[in-house]
Amino acid sequence: MADSDNRRKFMAQTVQSVGLAALGGLLWSGYADAVKASPLVLRPPGALEEESFLTACIKCGLCGEACRNRETNIDKETGLPRESTIKMAKGGDHRLIGTPYFIPRQIPCYMCEDIPCVPVCPSGALDMASLLNEQKELDINKASMGLAIVHKESCIAYWGIQCDACYRACPVMDEAITLEYQKNDRTGKHAYLLPVVHDKACTGCGMCEQACVTEKAAIFVLPNEVAKGKPGDHYVKGWDKEDQQRVKDAQGLETTTERSKLDSTEYLNAEVEY
Amino acid sequence: MSLDRREFLKSSAAVAAASAVGISVPEEAKAKAFHVETDWRWDKAACRFCGTGCGIMLATKGGRIVAVKGDPAAPVNRGLNCIKGYFNAKIMYGADRLKTPLLRMNDKGEFDKKGKFKPVSWKRAFDEMEKHIRKALKESGPEGVAVFASGQYTVMEGYAAQKMMKAGFRSNAIDPNARHCMASAVVGFYQTFGIDEPSGCYDDIELTDTVVSWGSNMAEMHPILWSRVTDRKLSNPDRVKVVNITTYRTRSSDLADMEIIFSPNTDLAIWNYIAREIVYRDKKGGGKEDIIDWDFVNQHTVFATGPANIGYGMRRKGEASLVPELPDGSAGKYSALEMETIKKEMSKTISAKEGPALGPYGYVEGDIMKHTPGTLKHWEISFEDYKKSLAPYTLDYVAKIAKGDPNEDIEVFKKKLQTLANLYIEKGRKVVSFWTMGMNQHTRGTWVNTLSYNVHFMLNKQARPGSGAFSLTGQPSACGTAREVGTFCHRLPADLMVKNPKHRKKAETAWHIPEGTLNPVGNQHIMKIHRDIEDGVVKFAWVNVCNAYQDSASASHWIKAAREMDNFIVTSDGYPGISAKVSDLVLPSAMIYEKWGAYGNAERRTQHWRQQVLPVGDAMSDTWQWVELSKRFTVKDLWGEYTLRNGKKLPNVIKDAKKMGYSEDTTMYEILYANERAKKYKIDLNKFPQKGFDNSECIGDSRNVVGSDGKVFKGYGFMIHEYLFEEYASFGRGHGHDLAPFEVYHRVRGLKWPVVDGKETQWRFNVKYDPYAAKAAKKAGLKDFAFYGPLAKALPSGDLKGIKDKKKKPLPNKAKIFARPYMDPPEMPDNEYDTWLCTGRVLEHWHSGTMTMRVPELFRAVPEALCYMNPKDAKAKGFKRGDLIWVDSRRGKVKARVETRGRNRPPQGLVFVPWFDEKVFINKVCLDATCPMSKQTDYKKCAVKLYKV
Repeated sequence: MADSDNRRKFMAQTVQSVGLAALGGLLWSGYADAVKASPLVLRPPGALEEESFLTACIKCGLCGEACRNRETNIDKETGLPRESTIKMAKGGDHRLIGTPYFIPRQIPCYMCEDIPCVPVCPSGALDMASLLNEQKELDINKASMGLAIVHKESCIAYWGIQCDACYRACPVMDEAITLEYQKNDRTGKHAYLLPVVHDKACTGCGMCEQACVTEKAAIFVLPNEVAKGKPGDHYVKGWDKEDQQRVKDAQGLETTTERSKLDSTEYLNAEVEY
Repeated sequence: MSLDRREFLKSSAAVAAASAVGISVPEEAKAKAFHVETDWRWDKAACRFCGTGCGIMLATKGGRIVAVKGDPAAPVNRGLNCIKGYFNAKIMYGADRLKTPLLRMNDKGEFDKKGKFKPVSWKRAFDEMEKHIRKALKESGPEGVAVFASGQYTVMEGYAAQKMMKAGFRSNAIDPNARHCMASAVVGFYQTFGIDEPSGCYDDIELTDTVVSWGSNMAEMHPILWSRVTDRKLSNPDRVKVVNITTYRTRSSDLADMEIIFSPNTDLAIWNYIAREIVYRDKKGGGKEDIIDWDFVNQHTVFATGPANIGYGMRRKGEASLVPELPDGSAGKYSALEMETIKKEMSKTISAKEGPALGPYGYVEGDIMKHTPGTLKHWEISFEDYKKSLAPYTLDYVAKIAKGDPNEDIEVFKKKLQTLANLYIEKGRKVVSFWTMGMNQHTRGTWVNTLSYNVHFMLNKQARPGSGAFSLTGQPSACGTAREVGTFCHRLPADLMVKNPKHRKKAETAWHIPEGTLNPVGNQHIMKIHRDIEDGVVKFAWVNVCNAYQDSASASHWIKAAREMDNFIVTSDGYPGISAKVSDLVLPSAMIYEKWGAYGNAERRTQHWRQQVLPVGDAMSDTWQWVELSKRFTVKDLWGEYTLRNGKKLPNVIKDAKKMGYSEDTTMYEILYANERAKKYKIDLNKFPQKGFDNSECIGDSRNVVGSDGKVFKGYGFMIHEYLFEEYASFGRGHGHDLAPFEVYHRVRGLKWPVVDGKETQWRFNVKYDPYAAKAAKKAGLKDFAFYGPLAKALPSGDLKGIKDKKKKPLPNKAKIFARPYMDPPEMPDNEYDTWLCTGRVLEHWHSGTMTMRVPELFRAVPEALCYMNPKDAKAKGFKRGDLIWVDSRRGKVKARVETRGRNRPPQGLVFVPWFDEKVFINKVCLDATCPMSKQTDYKKCAVKLYKV
């Protein structure tokens, strides 16, 4: 099994055992629940947010079949379809059985122009509308299957090695991954060429993760929900006109902290020795 | 992960865990955990891959290389590596290493060309080689025995091979894959400087203000140098400018301030445009500015030119494989389609595109140009004639023919050309022009190389710190071995030439062989060897440290000839590739760190390493294979009289050999390798650098390999590596090519030759830095420079149309500025074959991928070669990204997958396909046209059509 698949599994198990330790046991039933709601699975392009996806997906396997039988998946020598990117989870895959997923370190999403896996989805679990551009054409650049993360300490480009295999493999090169140049003060005459991932353009296809030459990938795709942080919706970047869009649902909600949990009268009337 | 490493992790993890919880660890376990690091032996070596020449350190443990690191003390890379260098520790350990000789045999155990490969002993392997070499010599003479040599030979291997071929077999049919890579640069150097190799060094990068890359994707092909260019740009982003001049967008455009996409072959026109700006804007050229450094030009240069009608280095009418010519247009083994291109070798019609450029040479559009085969002939002309040759290259004309992206606005393109010229011209601005295969793999490669120096010379921006035209090499020892040792058909060590009687005599004296032994005809360059096999002349060919059957254009012809004709092909390699597959005998070779060796990089830096580990299986080094072969041939076998194809006779030198103390039965082993001089280089295992290191050739090794005589090989008993190196070095010492002693190279991180009084040379021809220049300048009364290279230093004179005065005028210490026109390549896109094909490499893979395709990480990163194309072209042809298409030329076709988004972004009308992948065998599609002067193949342009599978 691929390294980052192991990583995802490992993370799931770690989260799991920390939780279980707190509860003081019940190992196996807890494990099974966690698998059902595994936050570390990558879905095909256009997949709804995980919870809705699991509700919508009817586990028909059409997306996997379309992926496998697509014209661009024909083996050069045999003329037969190669193994496909999209797999349908089986028992033991640690994913909800029957749902489609992919493991980029094994086979990434090649970002097919015509996205054959999506239009065949009968349930809307893979949402075509989310992949349409302004001209109302299917546009794989709109996909957001996950986000690539660089672990700088194991990325050899950050050691100064001229690698950048991920950058050259990226189908959205110079947008999803750019190279940042920095002087290498140790040698005094070389530069670092550092891969930097950009959330806006990264589709989570995993071509970078597959190409990464370290033993266990130093760049890897995590599902958006896991990979991304979320700044609050009470602040808008003053230098970015579009940022208000991000907080369009902002509401003036009442806040509570430990400090404010008593109402003001209660607080004022409380007997305190100073 | 290896078991060893896993065990190591296990025990160190146990120690760490135990200490964390305060459990006491038995001393024995502690010792085991630390022992792992202490029994690693670190030693220096050079990276296996490109011509950059990075220094590395290798860790050996238990007879295996376990790790690698960049050598922090190496000046080139200061501890860094690229993605291939990072994997040096893994390249020798692919599961399918060749471990024993393999011979095609029938069921009776006899050699059978149609048989299957079966393991044989080394003795049997040499028996077969001996038999087939004798047969080839009998049938075709020395011209029938050939070697596909290499720019990846170690210095010693190359020298050993060249000695046995040229002195032993008296055959000059040894030519390296470096012919495909550097030959145009070499002829450019010879014609311009009279001596090979760059004047500058990599320190130019840190000192320059401008890096102009011409047909060189340094970001992928010389990554460590590119990181130095990047650092230079970061150091002074406003002052330092980077320009990428290329036929399609590459990763090298990322850093560039300006990218110029030009139409294939028009780099000739762009250089001439810059030269025209320099000359016509200068006061003496009729302009108003002071641009040309006339003191420099008058003192140090002359103007020259040569014939234009030199053909394209393809096959010529009348050659055995082009007979008979049939009414359907086919000729011999060549189809009518192929002949459409090949016929241009004999004559061509001057096109509208090249017409204006050829005007000053006496041709106009529509003329028939009759070609005579490429010649190195050239003659001196006046400045006025040179100026006349530049007249056609106006901004309008050059922009019109050179703009490579049909969607770019011509005014924008013109602006770029002007900016480029001004960067060169700007007073006080230092400029380095780097190039690699774009300018070398070119049917006018020699011309375009010489054009680069013109611009630098006129501006006095050559051979100065931070300024100069600088040819980068592709292979790790294209300079060190192929060029300096001279494993080319026309060369001998240290710039000596086989056709020059004085040079031959010098080599004969050094080698202690009779005068007249060496063959004066050296014309079997690498494509000629292939063609001679197809013509039935070469009957025995040996592939050394290269993949001649994957790396040569028009590949189907050569493979067919190897497999179906009466000949014997041998491949020595670490891994099985296409060359091994089409061979009759395969020999398992020791790989780089399994032998002592030395490489020379692009900045003239020679770097040595010691044998780190024993070879796998029964593999032995190429040096050993040559030396063992030499034991099979005696004076009477090889040194009788031969008549060459051209009617020239090689004299019988047996009598002279006897006078030298040899007998008829003295073996070549005794004469060329195990002679008295050699035996002075002693084995001393208690002394540096031999102490503590394996030496399979000299003392045998614990594998007890059963050798070429059927007995366990126990070693030669003398230090053959040192002998080969020192004898080779003696050719150059005192002649501008000085190398340090063998032992010194084991103490330092390489030295840039000439090494004089223990000091290396940074800038040649410059009096301040080069002791040879200082000496020559003093003698001639020159001040700053002396271009002391000795070749072609007396010229007749004439004008652009020919020689007018045959009397040769000497040009001591002068370099040459050449008038050379733009001309079309022989095959260009037309209605049917409508697209340019350009081939090349990717960063992750080396050459034909025999090593890097076996490193799992590199294989996974780039598992197959893709066809990079413009998305608009793909759309117009109905291709989706990822579709399998045929890339089809007049010679053959391959299936490749379309990539429209990748690292290479061609303009409309051009596709790029890398050649590392034997399953996308692009050299079946490529054309074997060469620069007719350098004989280097042009892999960068031919015409293809594309359609869906």
